[in-house]
This record gives sequence, C-alpha cells and structure tokens, in this order.
Amino acid sequence: MPSSVQEFYQTLVARAEEAFAAREEGKKIVIQVGSATCEHAAGSREVLDEFRKHIISSGRKDIVLRQTGCTGRCSREPIVGVFIPGRMPVKYERVDRELVHDIFVQHVQGGAPITEHVLDAEQNKVSEYEFLFCDSSRCGWQGGLRIKDVFTEKLRAAGVDMERVKVSLASCFGACGKELAGTCSHVLVRPLKILYRVKSEADLDEIVQKQVLKGKIVEQLRVGDEPVSQEFFDVYGDVAFFNRQSRVALRNNGVVDPESFDEFIHYKGFKALATVLERGDPQWVIDEVTKARLRGRGGGGFPTGAKWTSATKNEEKIRYIICNADEGDPGAFMDRSMLESDPFNAIEGMIIGGFAVGAQRGFIYIRAEYPLAIRRIQHAMELCHKYGILGENIMNSGFAFDIEIRLGAGAFVCGEETALIRSIEGERGQPRIRPPYPSQSGLWGKPTVINNAETFANIAAIINYGGEWFNRLGTEKSGGTKVFALAGKVRHTGLVEVPLGTTLREIVYDIGGGVPKDKKLKAIQTGGPAGGCIPAKWADLAVDFDTLTQAGSIMGSGGMIVLDEDDCMVDIAKFYLSFSQDESCGKCTPCREGTTRILEILEKITGGDGTVEDLDRLERLAKLVNRSSLCGLGRAAPNPVLSTLKHFRAEYLAHVVDKRCPSKRCKALLHYEIDAEKCIGCTVCARNCPAECIAGARKTAHVIDAAKCVKCGRCFEVCRFDAVIRT
Amino acid sequence: MTVLTDNRAQIIEISKKALPEHIVAFIEKCRQEPEPESQLIAVLHMVQAHFGYLGKDQMKAVAHLLRVPKAKVTGVATFYHFFRLEPRGKILINVCLGTACYVKGAEKIAQRLKDELGIGFGETSKDGMFTLENSRCLGTCGLAPVIMVNDEVIGPLAPDEVPMILERYIKKAKAEAEKSSPQ
Ligand SMILES: Cc1cc2nc3c(=O)[nH]c(=O)nc-3n(C[C@H](O)[C@H](O)[C@H](O)COP(=O)(O)O)c2cc1C
Ligand code: SF4
Ligand code: SF4
Ligand code: SF4
Ligand code: FES
Repeated sequence: MPSSVQEFYQTLVARAEEAFAAREEGKKIVIQVGSATCEHAAGSREVLDEFRKHIISSGRKDIVLRQTGCTGRCSREPIVGVFIPGRMPVKYERVDRELVHDIFVQHVQGGAPITEHVLDAEQNKVSEYEFLFCDSSRCGWQGGLRIKDVFTEKLRAAGVDMERVKVSLASCFGACGKELAGTCSHVLVRPLKILYRVKSEADLDEIVQKQVLKGKIVEQLRVGDEPVSQEFFDVYGDVAFFNRQSRVALRNNGVVDPESFDEFIHYKGFKALATVLERGDPQWVIDEVTKARLRGRGGGGFPTGAKWTSATKNEEKIRYIICNADEGDPGAFMDRSMLESDPFNAIEGMIIGGFAVGAQRGFIYIRAEYPLAIRRIQHAMELCHKYGILGENIMNSGFAFDIEIRLGAGAFVCGEETALIRSIEGERGQPRIRPPYPSQSGLWGKPTVINNAETFANIAAIINYGGEWFNRLGTEKSGGTKVFALAGKVRHTGLVEVPLGTTLREIVYDIGGGVPKDKKLKAIQTGGPAGGCIPAKWADLAVDFDTLTQAGSIMGSGGMIVLDEDDCMVDIAKFYLSFSQDESCGKCTPCREGTTRILEILEKITGGDGTVEDLDRLERLAKLVNRSSLCGLGRAAPNPVLSTLKHFRAEYLAHVVDKRCPSKRCKALLHYEIDAEKCIGCTVCARNCPAECIAGARKTAHVIDAAKCVKCGRCFEVCRFDAVIRT
Repeated sequence: MTVLTDNRAQIIEISKKALPEHIVAFIEKCRQEPEPESQLIAVLHMVQAHFGYLGKDQMKAVAHLLRVPKAKVTGVATFYHFFRLEPRGKILINVCLGTACYVKGAEKIAQRLKDELGIGFGETSKDGMFTLENSRCLGTCGLAPVIMVNDEVIGPLAPDEVPMILERYIKKAKAEAEKSSPQ
C-alpha cells in the first residue's frame, strides 16, 4: 500500500511539529549550547548548567535552553548562540562561567550583544541585516564586477547606513537548478531566511529599494525551495569560517539537537526515507546515487552507485550493509562529529542503502575511542525503534531492517573492509586478498556493502534534492562535497565541508585563516598515514580524488594537517612510518618487514647517520612495499616517504649531506651554544639544564659543554636574552 | 571447540562466578541469537569496562561461556590495542600521539608526564594511582595537543600545565576515597 508510507510519515511530521511548536521557539529567546566531545572538553557542560541556573533564578518563562551537536569550530569552543526573535543570531566563542553571567544580563535580558566576545569578533560585526552572496564558480552573475561590490555600491548610493547592513560572500548554496546554472546568482538575507535569485542589476535595485529601504519582501525574486544548508547558514552564515563552506553531509551539525527525534523530523529528517519507501523501487535509489556521482568518502573513492549495483547482482538474498566509522587516520574526526551531532542522518542513510541493496541487517562499526558517538547512535536507534523507523515493517512499507552496533578495539587495520568484516565476526582483524570483494562475499560469506559514515551522511540529501543536484556541486568527475578535519598549524581548526574542486588555498586561508604566528606554510598533509605531503607552492590545487593522487597524496578519509616551517618533512615521514609499522597486522612480509626497514633508514637519517645512498634505498624499498603488500595499509604506507622524497628532497639532502635539520626538529642534528656577547649571566639556563652541563658564574657569560649536552632544548626555551644559539 | 567432558556443568558454574551477572546474562542472550561468537569483542569490552583489564580467569570464563577456544580469546585480546591484560591505576592518562597532536608538541607533553609520574607508557605507578598510555588519535584534533584523563579530554595543553592537572586528579581521587571509606 504505497500511500500508507506517506501517511505514516505525515503522522510523524504532525506529531513532531506539534511538539516543536509547543516550545514556541519563534516567540522565545533561545540560548543554544553545543554538546560534543570537543565542546565538553572545552567546558560546555558547565556553561549549560550555568545558563540553566540563570534562567531559573531570573524566573523568566520566555527563555529556553537548547542543546545541539558541534559545528566543528574546535578552536573557539564552547560556542553559545543567542537567538532573539526577529534579530540576527549572535554566537559567542570560548564562553566560560563568567561570560555566561555577562551574556545573560547584558544580552539576553538587556538586549545588547557583547561585541568583543562574538565569534571571530576581529572580522565580525553585529549588524541588523546580512546579505550573503553566492561566490562559487558555478554562479552565473553576468554583471562584470563582483556582485557583492555592485550591491554594496547600490546600498551606499541609496544612503543606507552601512553599520546596519553587512554584505558577505558565501560558498555555494546549492540552489541553482540545471537549467539555471550559469545564468543567475543567489543571495540569502539573514535573519529573514529569504533566498533571492538575481539575474541583473535591476534585480539588485529592486532588493535595495524594497527589502532594505521599505522592509518588504521582493516576492518575484524569492526562491521557493529551501537550499540544503539554509538552516545552517541562517545560524552561522555571518562567520567566514562557515559561510565559505557548503554543508551537505554536515547540514544539521550544530543546528539540530542530536538527541531529539522531533527536531530531526522538523529539519526534514526521514523525508528521504519516506520518499524511497513510498516509491518502493530499489533501482531508482541506485540510479539517483549513480547520477549523483557520489564516490566513497572512506578513502578509496569508489563510486557508491557501482558498489551498490554489484551487490544487487548477487543471487544470494541474505545481504548485509555496514557503516564504517572506524576512523583510524590520526588527525581525522569527521565521522565522530557527524555521529555525535547528527546520528539520525547516518541511520537514515543506512536504511536507504539497506533498502537499495536488499539487505536485512546493518552494522555500524565504531571505534571504542568514541564513547559519546556510541551513546548518541545507540540513543537514536532506540528512538527509531520506538517510532517505527527501524525493525519490522518500517514506516508501514513492509520493509524490515535492523542495525547493530559493533565496537572496534583500537586496530587501525580494521578500517580496511575485509579486516573490518573479520572483526565484526569476532576474529582478529586481518585483511584477506580481494577479490572476492565484500559485495560478492563479505560478512559470513554473504554479499556485503560497506561504506564510510560520511558516504551515508550524503544519501538523504541526494534523495531529497536529487542526484543531478548533488552531481553539480562537485567537479566533472565526482559529485558533491567533502568534509575535512582541518588541524595542525592553522588558525581555525575544525570541520570544513567544501564542494569538491575547492582549492587547498581556499581551505587553509579563506576558511582556516592561514598559519598562525606569521609562520610560513610548508605543506598540507592529506590522507593520513596512507597519504602524502603537498608542498605549499601547490596550494592552488583543486581538491578532488584524482588531483590529489596525481600530486602524490590521496584524498583519504578527510584528515588535513597543515604543516609550517617548523615541521621537518623527514620527521613527518618517520612519524607516519612508525605508525604504519606499528599497525601492520603482520600477515604479509613486504608490509611487516618492509615498513620496519623503511623506518630504520628514516631513523638513521634523522639520527645524523644517513648517507645519500640511503635515499635511493629508501625509494626502492618504498616502491617494493607499495607493489607487493597484500592490503591497502601496506600498499599505501610508503606514500608519506615517497611524497616527501619527491617534493622535499632538499630537506633529505640537508640531513644526509650537511647533517643539518633545516626545521630544527631532529634532535640529534642540533647543536646548542651560548653567545658570550648576548649572555648576561642570569644563570637561568644552568639551573634548568637537566644534564648540568652549563657552567658560568653569575653575571658572566655561560658555556655549554657540548660533550655532555643531551640536546633537550631547555636552555634555548628559558633564555630570555636570545643568548642560546641553536644550529 | 571446547571439548565436552563430564565436568562441563562444574566448569560453567566456575565461569559464571568469575564474571558479573550482567555479562553472564549478555553472553546467554547472545547464545540464543545467530553468530554468538561474533560478540566476543563486545564481551571483552564489557569485561574490561567492569574490571579495568582482562584477567586470565575472566578470559577463560568468557571462552567457556561463549564456547570459543581459549586460544582465540587470547588471540583477539592481544591483537587489539584497546585491550589491557594488566590491572590499571585509578587514574588512566592517555596521551594522544596522533598527527595533529604530534605537530603541536605532544612529545613534550608525554615526556613531562613520564618525568612527573616516573613511569613509561603502559606502566602503572607503584602506588597504583596512575597508568600512562598513549593513543593514536582521540578525535579531538582541533584542540591539539590533548590528553584524556579517565573519560575527560583536556586540551590544548602546555607541558607546564601537567603538574597542575595531576594535582587536581590526585585531589579528586583522594576526596572520592574519603567519601567512600567508612569513618
Ligand atoms: C588500512 C586501511 C584503513 C582504512 N580505514 C578506513 C576508515 O577508518 N574508515 C573508512 O570509512 N574506510 C577506511 N578504509 C577504506 C575501507 O577499506 C573501505 O574502502 C571503505 O570503508 C569503503 O567505503 P566508501 O566506499 O564509502 O569509501 C581503510 C582502508 C585501509 C586499507
Ligand atoms: S599489507 Fe600489512 S596490514 Fe595489510 S595484510 Fe599485509 S601485513 Fe597486514
Ligand atoms: S639564560 Fe641566557 S642570559 Fe641567562 S645565563 Fe643562560 S645564556 Fe646567559
Ligand atoms: S640543550 Fe639541554 S642538555 Fe643541552 S645545554 Fe641546553 S639545557 Fe643543557
Ligand atoms: S591527533 Fe590528537 S586528537 Fe587527533
């Protein structure tokens, strides 16, 4: 009975909307506090408690407290949002207990935002209106100058007080249909949540005259459908870190309460599932995913549509689907954040996937290191059972499907699909030779589809907005966006989701704010232990699966570590090799022995005993391990070495020929000396030296006994007169 | 396969005593469902959550109750880094040595912790207070460098803040010990 699925869904929506409306958020002041692992580490729970106390003691009934997941703005957490009806949403950064008091008294009760604590206060002023113009390359503004500048000029000419209005650029809203692409541009008006489609200067004039001066909506320019990330932009659109992103997989992160089923429904949750079950045609789902040109986000970039198709070709009708949330790449945290902040979305993607490939059981394999993500997924699954979204007869459609959680136990190799399957079976997680691929013979020998958590996070959006739409967001070869975990030497660390084809420079500078402390960017590491280092001079590279591979790295799962002049490339290669060597499961010799030997050579080089011949040996060995290892771990393990050898050979040469570490990172190659001219004999270094090898009387120049020095660097750190020289 | 002998009932009784009730119940529930042996890792997680580590007797009991060979239990327990075969201290400190933390100076934090506690990775202080371990990535790279103390993530951290943090946890542990011990 096809219509009953829609009825079922509409009942869910009606119930959720009623609950949502009962909260009367539109009329109340909402205080929003993030809650995820990083937010907790930064003290968000204390902040939440403090607000609760303030609300209670104020006796006001028109103030509500909401909890959301994390927006991925790690370095500024805890982040608190204050939403007063009809006013621009204001977010505060690094809120602590004391600031809670001020925010509550001055802003919530007094109506005056505390500007100096606003998120990214240095570039962000609090205004009444904000116009966010799409600045993506797909946008079809034909009017010569940048649309933003044209509009600003028009505002000025109309005598608008520029303190009241802010004009900014944003990344793609995903609102241009196929027929429209290249012919128009879009502008989102905050806090009104109105999206206008503009084609000409006359349209801009219309907006200035009507919207800005008279406060009236320009109906004929208004776009009816909400773009995928409208809610997100509405809350966070004023901050460069966010408005340069396009959020599809992360569209609900920091918007929705991860523990509320009703809120998820309110933000279009399970609408895609209802559509799919109503149609009842698995092939249609696979066709949409194929059209979307969605490629697996777990690292390999295998086309998801093709993977799903191959599983359905199998005679065997008992099939499984697995969500890979093992996220072993050190330096990556996209999957954790998605599962913590929007767990229902992952579940929805899995159920749709399960339906498409004809699976009856699904498994989420999560790292045990992510306790909060596990709890939230568990909680979400319980609610799904309660509301008929999981189990027998989902949404009245007759489709039966259930999900189980399985925990990893700290083995990187278990992220590899065949190892992961062994691990779910309760065995040691050792990979096996493919083919057969899991889609032919996987879990307990049955056809098994295994996809990354982010891959699943995109599915509902593809169904809701169409495969075509998703495809257009990306590049010619791959559709959609990619989430990166931006970390390392970058000002704004956090989660970044951008359309494929965005350049590294845009990610690191426009979104990440560049390298802190005026240091120079040296390289960008992508793909973790299986990836490589891309030199700064290639920063204009457009990020896609193939471009990164050509540059000697890989897309990987999305870890992106920014390295600056203080990072030694040989040391970084050594770091990754020691990781891979340690994580090698030991099943095949090239990987087990090869990584050990490569690591030995790297240690020799950083220890000051390397020779030029070592570099050739390194390269030969690396290529050998790459060619002859059984699984992806061994095959990719040499990548960090090969890519740094390719792009930073001079640094290797400095280590082996000059016995110098240009970045001053390799301890054995450093020398400490005291400049007698600069030393005032304050004795601080001598008192701090663990080897007691600094001699000198008070007020006379000190001397280091190089033979005894253990090169710990304490003296260099503590001398306030720059008298200790490190070479 | 476990060889079925006359004393099976007795072995099962002994095994049940070695584990808390909720774990025995979980194993029994799994035995009613398809592929019970696939829950071995889940069971070991529960045992470790309860005891803090996987003791020999507990592993033996799991093998008997779940009906998997003892060698397999040991094999799995040693394959996965997350499992610990020795008892741990009251306070477990996990230093992240992942990439993001590494480039932000995690080694200095680790060194400072080793110096202050007088123990290395995988070791427990003599008073049974601290166990020091390292991790591949705690998934909070945005806050690097970080450590995790019991269940709490702390970061970004400077080496000089280490003594203060240790002090805080010692105090907390002592306060808890006083509360729970009868006067
Ligand atoms: C050593 C190794 C580790 C891996 N780790 C992960 C991981 O943590 N998460 C993940 O989704 N895929 C990981 N993969 C890739 C998986 O084998 C598999 O290709 C992926 O989960 C398929 O999902 P996708 O098609 O959606 O990308 C890893 C592969 C290898 C060789
Ligand atoms: S390549 Fe390495 S991790 Fe993969 S099977 Fe061989 S030894 Fe194990
Ligand atoms: S700390 Fe610097 S100034 Fe002081 S004695 Fe040492 S080298 Fe000289
Ligand atoms: S580097 Fe360390 S051991 Fe060497 S002189 Fe300086 S403080 Fe002493
Ligand atoms: S690298 Fe330390 S938390 Fe990820």
